[in-house]
Amino acid sequence: MRFDTSPAPHVIAGYTVPRVMFQVLFALVPAGVAHVVLFGPGLLLQLSVACVTALLAEAVALRWRGRDAVPALKDGSVLVTAFLLAFSIPPLLPWWLGALGTALAVLLGKHVFGGLGQNPFNPAMVGYAILLVSFPAEMTRWPVPMDVDGTRTWSELARLSFAGFYGADLTARWDGYTGATALDSIRSGLDLRYTLPELLGREDIAGTPGARGFAWINLAALAGGLYLMLRRIVRWHIPVAVLGGLLVPSFIAHGLDSGNALGPAMQAFSGATMLAAFFIATDPVSAATSDRGRLWYGAGIGLIAWIIRTWGDYPDGFAFAVLLMNLAVPFIDRYTVPRIYGRQP
Amino acid sequence: MAVRSRFPAGLALDAHKQQACGTQIVELPLPAHLVLALDQGTGYSAEPVVAVGEAVATGTLVARTGHPFASAVHAPLAGIVVAIEAREAAVEGGRSVCIVIEGNGSDRIDDSVRPVKDPASLGPEELVRRLRDAGIAGLGGAGFPASTKLASARNLGAHTLVLNGAECEPWICCDDALMRSAASDVVLGALILRRAAGAVRCVIAIEEDKPAAIAAVTGAIDGLRDDAVTLAVVPAVYPQGAERQLITTVAGVEVPSGGLPADAGVICQNVATAAAVARWATRGEPMLSRVVTVTGSGVGHPGNVRAPIGTPLAALIAASGGYRGTPLRLIAGGSMTGRALPSDEVGLTKSMNCVLVATRDDIGSRLGAVELPCIRCGDCANSCPAGLLPQQLLRAALADAHDTLRQLGVHDCIECGLCDYVCPSQIPLADRFREAKRRLQEAEAMTKKAADARERHELRQRRLQEAATIEQETFESVRGRARRPGVDSTGDSN
Amino acid sequence: MNPDAVVIAVLVAAALAITLGVALGWAASRIEPDADSLVVRIDALLPQTQCGQCRYPGCRPYAAAIASGAAEIDRCPPGGEVTVRALAALLDRSPRSPDPAFGATKPAQVAWIDEAKCIGCARCLPACPVDAIVGAPRQMHTVITTQCTGCELCLPPCPVDCIELRPAPALSRRQRQPRAA
Ligand code: SF4
Ligand code: SF4
Ligand code: SF4
Ligand code: SF4
Ligand code: SF4
Repeated sequence: MRFDTSPAPHVIAGYTVPRVMFQVLFALVPAGVAHVVLFGPGLLLQLSVACVTALLAEAVALRWRGRDAVPALKDGSVLVTAFLLAFSIPPLLPWWLGALGTALAVLLGKHVFGGLGQNPFNPAMVGYAILLVSFPAEMTRWPVPMDVDGTRTWSELARLSFAGFYGADLTARWDGYTGATALDSIRSGLDLRYTLPELLGREDIAGTPGARGFAWINLAALAGGLYLMLRRIVRWHIPVAVLGGLLVPSFIAHGLDSGNALGPAMQAFSGATMLAAFFIATDPVSAATSDRGRLWYGAGIGLIAWIIRTWGDYPDGFAFAVLLMNLAVPFIDRYTVPRIYGRQP
Repeated sequence: MAVRSRFPAGLALDAHKQQACGTQIVELPLPAHLVLALDQGTGYSAEPVVAVGEAVATGTLVARTGHPFASAVHAPLAGIVVAIEAREAAVEGGRSVCIVIEGNGSDRIDDSVRPVKDPASLGPEELVRRLRDAGIAGLGGAGFPASTKLASARNLGAHTLVLNGAECEPWICCDDALMRSAASDVVLGALILRRAAGAVRCVIAIEEDKPAAIAAVTGAIDGLRDDAVTLAVVPAVYPQGAERQLITTVAGVEVPSGGLPADAGVICQNVATAAAVARWATRGEPMLSRVVTVTGSGVGHPGNVRAPIGTPLAALIAASGGYRGTPLRLIAGGSMTGRALPSDEVGLTKSMNCVLVATRDDIGSRLGAVELPCIRCGDCANSCPAGLLPQQLLRAALADAHDTLRQLGVHDCIECGLCDYVCPSQIPLADRFREAKRRLQEAEAMTKKAADARERHELRQRRLQEAATIEQETFESVRGRARRPGVDSTGDSN
Repeated sequence: MNPDAVVIAVLVAAALAITLGVALGWAASRIEPDADSLVVRIDALLPQTQCGQCRYPGCRPYAAAIASGAAEIDRCPPGGEVTVRALAALLDRSPRSPDPAFGATKPAQVAWIDEAKCIGCARCLPACPVDAIVGAPRQMHTVITTQCTGCELCLPPCPVDCIELRPAPALSRRQRQPRAA
């Protein structure tokens, strides 16, 4: 009897890229639910625009590069990019900005470098950063989250989301329903020489669910992230290092100057902290390679984010922190090569 | 004594041992004909010493060798040599010269097969020589002659003999079955091997998922009253049984990159090799047979079989209940490193520890694989037992960057296949590295050949020039026009 | 902006450029590579087939020509793409394709003499640049396969055309196993 031959190994674990990617999407569900409950359905609108644009952009880019589009579209990586971008942008963003950001993320962030696996930068953060520097007003306008006492209802938030999505002028009709995020308000408050306890005591920053809104989303993202860690899709090094890089300096600074520096708890559960630590910084393509390298990489992201949050012009620094550390990856990789068995270190 | 894994990473795999493992070893009846490959799996062949038509007895030497990597071959069956020709074989390159012996019903045993009277009285050198003549090869999978390793161990002053009973690869359980049924042989062989290697200590390493084998070997060691023979129960992590990795786990030392185990003071032999040495000592039997696991979803009754070397795999499978279902691949070895064979006509070799008849159930994951670009997830690096960065090696391999490949340690890759196994992009990494090593070897050979050619060319140029000079001088002296002889030695003829 | 500042900036930039230019030019003249060792390094990358297809009488003369700038790096067919790439890297030039005008790159080959046809005229002997043919006048000639570079120079002199080129034996013991479809 005759047989086909093929080189060893003859089995593989079968834990494929599409499966990894869809697990990541699945782990974003809790954060998505929290987001929709607190901020209205804007996220869903942004997600649909981002996904459609991302798939189209991927197909077009592959076409240009003369590649077969089907396997690449099925691998799910471009959907992860779309999801991360949609989670990062405000849910009130006009749809064309979401589409623009996504298209730029896929084309400039991924395909100009050669597609899947070749991009030195996190594509979602490339798109986000371009939007943020080009449209700072739109990119920092968040809905004030739903209120427990019923002064702002979810249906109102829904109408607001649609208005924002279609690009209506929000200042007239929806004044009071939109505003800056807590991190943002604290930044501007501190700039105006208020002290931190004063700001945290203020109704419009911490008293309302304004801060709690992000706290819930961060908690949900943390849950999703822990799930990914449990499924061994994300290893602990990057998230722990990111959180360490952010929280250790903030703990020290808060201890030294509690009047001006945000404490670790506030840092951990506001802005994009958990999303960045578990979902954005862990994008393997643009991260460092070895475990040791990933610790440096994550710590760098956390630290830079803390620096930007503390002294920078932008309220939340994760996008720039991630992009900056992406830039440092070749350098980190060079100095963190693991020791080969049987060789001297 | 239980010990911890001490090599980088590794992975606990689905063992698939239950299929073949519960059973006792079955003695295969002598098949009608045997196909003895002269390359027994190391890539180097012995030279035949019989001719077509010659009659051989059981145990007659049919091929001998002076090469350290080849092993002598004996006839496991009395009969007639009917062919000596290149055939498909379970070796690198897929072909080897084979001696085909057809049984003639006689049970004549060669005169050379006599029990060794007192193995304990033989000196190490004599032992090594006799083991070499008996064609004792490593039965663990590489098929390397035991004598070669023993000799180099003694030269380099190895102090510890590690007997490898880890058997980490999925599906394979012939060593387990052997240890359960013949633990005393294993221990007896261990003592002889230790003596031949000039070692002091002997550690028998068994993976923790083989309690029956552990119990049997413990019993045999206890009967010995020798403190220098110990048992190490090692974690069931693939590739625990890989030579270098096992040495690190058991002896706590690393084999230097590019060096031999003996450089770290250790020599490693398989438990089945030790049992074969015991058979040689007690019965005088050269290596005529081995225990092999016949398993997989494609065979009727998976189990362990003692079969003569050279048994056509078809006969082996027929004796194990024949084919079942739709066998897709015939693999010599386990699912991680085994070699896929083109035909079941090839003969059993000394290095073949398992015949895996795989159906879609067993290898479907690989069959459906679609290769995607590397996403740098690092899973490969996190499982590599050699501490390599397969994703970087892959880049270097694709770019054919030889220096980078060497620097990243392509030669330290043991081709265990774990990186392939875990890669979410389903990249056939191990095969890329095998190919990269081949190309490196080729490039090195090419460089050497070019250097030779340069040297020969330069020699020739010099010779031609000298000849021209002499001719010129002769010419000039004949014409009587040599004005200042001795000065014009540059061969400049204007 | 203050026009003075612009003038100053331009002046400073110009001064910098001039200083750097002079410094670099001086450095370049000082660290002129040793021409001889360069020839050796180039020669080390050539395949040593000694076939003369580059229109130089062997690899070393071609190496000297490259080093002196008299010849481009794309003239060696036996070396093919690989050699051009290696040369480009050594000399820091941009890689290019081998120039087909000098011949096509073939797989490695060695000469083989049909000993039944060979008349022992020994004309092939002096043609071989690496002395890979053994034989004496009026005796059968044969090629030492491991030393033959496959340069084809022994073909034209043979009056009975009994030399042919065959694929060279594999240089590595390892073999590739094809992947099943
Ligand atoms: S095949 Fe080589 S590179 Fe891959 S895991 Fe095994 S030793 Fe490491
Ligand atoms: S496991 Fe595969 S995809 Fe992941 S880094 Fe290694 S080669 Fe790349
Ligand atoms: S073409 Fe290449 S191999 Fe032939 S002589 Fe010139 S440099 Fe040497
Ligand atoms: S034998 Fe012929 S082809 Fe081979 S090196 Fe000599 S001349 Fe060239
Ligand atoms: S030139 Fe031809 S015939 Fe003459 S010796 Fe050489 S191979 Fe023989």
